[in-house]
Amino acid sequence: MNAPLPRAAALAATERSDRDRRQAEVVAALAGVLPAHALLWHREDTVPYECDGLTAYREQPLVVALPETEAQVAAVLRVCHGLGVPVVARGSGTGLSGGALPHALGVTLSLAKFNRIVKLDPKARTAVVQCGVRNLAISEAAAPFGLFYAPDPSSQIACSIGGNVAENSGGVHCLKYGLTLHNVLAVRGYTAEGEPVTFGGSALDAPGLDLLALVIGSEGMLAVAFEVTVKLLPKPQVARCIMASFADVRHAGNAVAAIIAAGIIPAGLEMMDKPMTAAVEGFVHAGYDLDAAAILLCESDGTPAEVEHEMLRMAAVLQASGATRIEASESEAHRLRFWSGRKNAFPASGRISPDYMCMDSTIPRKRLADMLIAIGEMETKHGLRCVNVFHAGDGNLHPLILFDANEPDQLHRAEAFGAEILEVSIRMGGTVTGEHGVGVEKLSSMCVQFSPAERAQMFAIKAAFDPAGGLNPGKVIPSLARCAEYGRMHVKRGLLAFPELPRF
Amino acid sequence: MLSVEALAERIREAASNGERLRIRGGGSKDFYGEAPAGTLLDTRSLIGAAEHEPTELVVTAPAGMLLTELETLLAETGQCLAFEPPRFDAQSTVGGMVAAGLSGPSRAQAGSVRDHVLGVVLLSGSGEQLHFGGRVIKNVAGYDVSRVIAGSLGTLGVIVEVSLKVLPRAESETTLCFDLKPQAALEQLHAWGAQPLPLDASAWWNGNLIVRLRGSEAAVNEARVSMGGEPIHASLAAPFWNDLRDQRDPFFVAAADAVAHQDATLWRMALPATAPLLGLAGDELIEWHGGQRWLATSLPAEAVRAAAVAAGGHATMFRTRTKSPGVFTPLTAPLRAIHARLKQAFDPKGVFNPGRLYPGL
Repeated sequence: MNAPLPRAAALAATERSDRDRRQAEVVAALAGVLPAHALLWHREDTVPYECDGLTAYREQPLVVALPETEAQVAAVLRVCHGLGVPVVARGSGTGLSGGALPHALGVTLSLAKFNRIVKLDPKARTAVVQCGVRNLAISEAAAPFGLFYAPDPSSQIACSIGGNVAENSGGVHCLKYGLTLHNVLAVRGYTAEGEPVTFGGSALDAPGLDLLALVIGSEGMLAVAFEVTVKLLPKPQVARCIMASFADVRHAGNAVAAIIAAGIIPAGLEMMDKPMTAAVEGFVHAGYDLDAAAILLCESDGTPAEVEHEMLRMAAVLQASGATRIEASESEAHRLRFWSGRKNAFPASGRISPDYMCMDSTIPRKRLADMLIAIGEMETKHGLRCVNVFHAGDGNLHPLILFDANEPDQLHRAEAFGAEILEVSIRMGGTVTGEHGVGVEKLSSMCVQFSPAERAQMFAIKAAFDPAGGLNPGKVIPSLARCAEYGRMHVKRGLLAFPELPRF
Repeated sequence: MLSVEALAERIREAASNGERLRIRGGGSKDFYGEAPAGTLLDTRSLIGAAEHEPTELVVTAPAGMLLTELETLLAETGQCLAFEPPRFDAQSTVGGMVAAGLSGPSRAQAGSVRDHVLGVVLLSGSGEQLHFGGRVIKNVAGYDVSRVIAGSLGTLGVIVEVSLKVLPRAESETTLCFDLKPQAALEQLHAWGAQPLPLDASAWWNGNLIVRLRGSEAAVNEARVSMGGEPIHASLAAPFWNDLRDQRDPFFVAAADAVAHQDATLWRMALPATAPLLGLAGDELIEWHGGQRWLATSLPAEAVRAAAVAAGGHATMFRTRTKSPGVFTPLTAPLRAIHARLKQAFDPKGVFNPGRLYPGL
């Protein structure tokens, strides 16, 4: 996490009265297109919208609009565009990078009410769903046809498909099944001006530039998604999981590379370090090996014969990589018990620490052990503990830095700790965010990952979709001034001189 | 041989002179898209060793590298480009493959070129070198610029280097042949598609549905038994799929002849896989389980395009002698406006491949 933004509460008195005037103007204009109950602006009503899943950052929205029809969505956008008011689209508010953080002088456009599955076509294996449909609800609706929607972010009970599109969400199965990008055919929605637009289509490709690829993961800055066409896949007949213990994190890291080198693409491949394992075991009592330096969860899915064969191959590779204990799930309940701790890593961390900060960088798989060792040294340097869960199969890290926000120094140290993890990730040839997005949280780290010219190009892309700059301004791309203030140099990715020298 | 810096200088010079540049690798896809225009900018000077990390499932290659060279390198460790890009001739380059964005027989199952692009190094219209994406599979830092470059036909920038996700070749593969009329073939493909079968590629032409299964040995063996059909020996199946991929099989040879001598056009129609047969006169080959339909026909362009659009897809004049109807299906007004502004954002002086994607762009 990087430096916090200024708070609305700090507005000077004159700014406060300007804000009140602006608020009255926006409320009056929106009252012309929305029923009274779909418009919130009193502080007590807008509090629930002040943050998303990244609760350390809060902002009071000028107005919250809760349209109930598609025509109202378009009308809200037109009104806001006409008045030059920023619009922050919001789904379920589960995002972890502050992408839905309100704009102090903007309208938060809540799309949560649009939760209808418009059409599910089992023959074409597609579903057309409104943006507010929950991720898991799609797979639930598809289940009677033996189908499912593959991307499964941990928040899938609550997160909406609109938010998934905004963040290009992943999950624990994306090595084999891809990200949101790979599982979405079309996004129908509105431009910043409120004009209807469709990116992609019902075929596997669309004419012209692949704008769908730009819109997915654009964190609500290029267009507002209203309806999403997703691909559904036949549900694998069985899934089984191996839990393997390692006495040394290097052995665990090497095992991950060895599995891939053997030509196996596991359905899921997750790693937990010893402190994380202890934290989740205390929470779910799943019988994890508390002596292991690291645990790998390695999943296979497919037909029964295929899974049995792959389980044997995976076990052999894990054994050869020095696993100290290998346990294979023997039933679906058993498999789910293996996963219960991994899926509860975040709440389990909340149980052992008043606060935690979740990082989300990605590094080349071969550096997993190096990163765990580097994080261990950072714990000493910053005087804070860090527990680690990794989507090891795709090199995506979720270190959870534990701190107590009641001690201001700790928040500061946690932020410095997090920034250091991100910087090391870039130096290892990785990226500051694998699946949670930049939002406001990683704005400063973007200065390190991208050159001024690259950031300028991203601003130009933003302007190509949204010339007036009304959609979710201030997110994702840091300004030149912000980067100058942050004072860290842009790092040429993966080009750290003498990368093998220990330096953390 | 021009270095990256020399190419950048050439671009800056063109931008200041109002000159237009036609970006070209091996030239194997000169026929594709609207007619090329501008002074030649040869990207085959962008050569060097590819960096392949088998355990990362990533390869980074310079744009001027030959596609065949890259595939040979990947094959050494049993890996491949799962989207099977066509090699219209041996000169196809990595940069051209990404710029054209064309994928082969496996596409419906394995995904497209764009799905496998992880990062690019690009020279913009002002000659600036820009890195987007990277060499890791999960990366959501900033807009996904590298993927919009796939299929952009050189209109946004010069690709210098590209990082791609690569995959292990399937453990097992088998090809089956079924004697089916086209509608029955489509229905059969949809029925299989709803089941957890290792269905990979399919091609219907001339009364035969040819299906390729790929996956674990166990899954392929089980499926072969349950699906039936006549097995095709690997010594025949491999050249069949290769020729289909590279458009050298009898359908494409006949189509090229009809284009050359009978004023026909070879259309590529991308449709929802479940779209019914369009019933257009001509010779048709169906791929991607119904999602890609090739039609060699002399029908008026408007008739073919209207039918494809009505079915929920679009139609491209893939090989033709008359490009006047527009090679690609026209865009809706809001998309057209975004395209024009996006072009301006990458290439403000309009240096690169003018009009290659759409006239005026």
